[in-house]
Amino acid sequence: MLKKGIREILFASKDMGWVLEPQAKQLFSMVGLDVPRFSWAKAEAEALRFAQEIGYPVVAKVVSPRIVHKSESNGVAVGLEGDAELVDAFRRFSKVEDFAGVLVEEMISGVELMVGAKIDYQFGPVILLGIGGTGVEIYKDITLRITPLRQRDVEFMVKGLKAGRLLKGYRGSEPINMGELTKLLLTFSGLVTDLEEFIESIDLNPVICSSTACVVADARIMLREA
Amino acid sequence: MNLKSLFRPKTMAVIGVSLQNERHPANVIFNKNNLRFQAEVFPVNDRGGTLQGETVYARISDVPQEVDLAVIAVRAEMVPTIMAQCIEAGVGGAVVISGGFAETGRRDLQDRVASLAREADFPFIGPNCLGIYSPPHIDTFFLPSERMVRPDRGRVALVSQSGGTLVDHMTKFADQGIGLSLAVSIGNKALVRELDLLHYFTHDTETDVIAFYVEGFDKNEGREFVLKAGRCPKPVIVLKSGKSPGGSRAISSHTASMAGDYEVFSAAASQYGVVEARNELELVSFCEALSCFNQSIRGEIGIITVSGGHGALAVDACSSHGLSVPTLSQEHQAQIREKVSPRVRNIASFNNPIDLTGSAVDDDFVAVAKFLSSIEEVDCVLILLLPYTPGVTSDLGARLSQIYRQEGKPLIAYVPHVEKYGIFIEGFELNRIPVAHSIEGAVHMAEAMRRCQPC
Repeated sequence: MLKKGIREILFASKDMGWVLEPQAKQLFSMVGLDVPRFSWAKAEAEALRFAQEIGYPVVAKVVSPRIVHKSESNGVAVGLEGDAELVDAFRRFSKVEDFAGVLVEEMISGVELMVGAKIDYQFGPVILLGIGGTGVEIYKDITLRITPLRQRDVEFMVKGLKAGRLLKGYRGSEPINMGELTKLLLTFSGLVTDLEEFIESIDLNPVICSSTACVVADARIMLREA
Repeated sequence: MNLKSLFRPKTMAVIGVSLQNERHPANVIFNKNNLRFQAEVFPVNDRGGTLQGETVYARISDVPQEVDLAVIAVRAEMVPTIMAQCIEAGVGGAVVISGGFAETGRRDLQDRVASLAREADFPFIGPNCLGIYSPPHIDTFFLPSERMVRPDRGRVALVSQSGGTLVDHMTKFADQGIGLSLAVSIGNKALVRELDLLHYFTHDTETDVIAFYVEGFDKNEGREFVLKAGRCPKPVIVLKSGKSPGGSRAISSHTASMAGDYEVFSAAASQYGVVEARNELELVSFCEALSCFNQSIRGEIGIITVSGGHGALAVDACSSHGLSVPTLSQEHQAQIREKVSPRVRNIASFNNPIDLTGSAVDDDFVAVAKFLSSIEEVDCVLILLLPYTPGVTSDLGARLSQIYRQEGKPLIAYVPHVEKYGIFIEGFELNRIPVAHSIEGAVHMAEAMRRCQPC
């Protein structure tokens, strides 16, 4: 059964066909997935206040119903080191069509993974785990499983990645927290099952994993055409 | 739905035989069954008369016996009427050979036939199919018997959406000595579909391995199929077409773009231990291997050869299929050395692959195969047999098969497939050790057992 808050977000995004990133993140945090501390700032002052509160560096991303792929529209600024850089980014973003604010977030570091879902015609809900980042479709280092995911499925998924060694601590880096990744995937699998009727696909890219946490740093939910 | 009367009927009617055209598909079906199969067969044509001295019945209800199976080979527009008559007459089920349904845009006609049958709980195969090959009971393929290559009776059931592909696989089965329990071409699968047949063959005592050629599943049907196949105690092998990406539909998410139809099928199959055959060669090898061994392996291969080159090629083939060829310990190597005959002891190499050289005799193969079958490090043994080496005899297959029965570790043989070596090949096959006709094929067989488990 979907929570009321989730229904509201889906309903509000229906006409647009997809869910704006800040709302997608709200939705994921409602089911218990970790997202970066963020603020959806409509004005410069708001953005600055939040950045000062969490401390620099921060990430800023444009929010607009016109922009599904932010990177391709130069709509992401990472590693902003102070007020001046943030104001710069804010002003640049505010020129886009249908500007709906700026998402200011804490910077997270770790291994970039991608987690996704799609509703397949023949097989129903499918979960994807892959090596994330902007190059996902070049490397295509992914594994798929149908829902519901079980603990053992997660183990086979990680084993199935060519770059799986990156997760286990490669050349001196700390291994990622497998318990957190498993928790994220199992929670996500449950959510996707509940959302089957509403969605077409979901990309969580990147999901940033470290030795302590797995955080959904970007999220896109494409809704099913009514 | 009870499919038994479809597959093992005692009586069969062929509806739509021609009184003039001997080559009409219905006539081919009538003739071959009348002359060569056990079910009693009755010709039906609404004009009545006689065909080769046999009474032709004008209606299915005129047939003097209870009919288990009706083969319907009339024009598509006539099929609903004929099927209604079959249902009315209490026929057990039907095969609809006729084309002219969904494949030519007449989905409406097909839906009409399907709902008619569904309401009456009347099973039918097709339309637009070859139907059922179930020796010695019946054969509804409209192909003259003398043109078909017929595999031996055996334990593999083949189900195919395409009739042509099915017949082609039967030819390959015959060539490879793989026995068939039943073959079904389901065509447009308007009513009886893969799921029904999976259910039927899961419980069929004459079938040990179930193999499918699938072009596409309906909505969520693929999911139901792998879940059901995952619970089936018999190996289920699927060859699915559609690997190339579909049209140029704009895809707005990375997941949708990367999780294509085939990728999803492949992942779901491995998740539930359904054996995906990536091409028709694999399908044939997998059927052969799994009809001999219903078991899974980790994929640690021991290789016995009499030629260094064959050994090296086999190692390469294993590694490209993700199988490993573990190195044997010094201790194990020394133990093997003790077991072989003095003439090869000083010239053979005992690391894996074990190269017994062209001087090896049957006893050497047997001793090494027995040893490899007994150690933990190896869970499948490949035997690369070159029948032209002077010390080996045609007894080898039978002797090696005894080791499998004692130790339970699968053995796979490679023997060059030419007529001259038939007696070597039979020595293995008659004793249920699969034989490949290439090194790659032997490795495919091992791969079949590795894929035959959830992963």
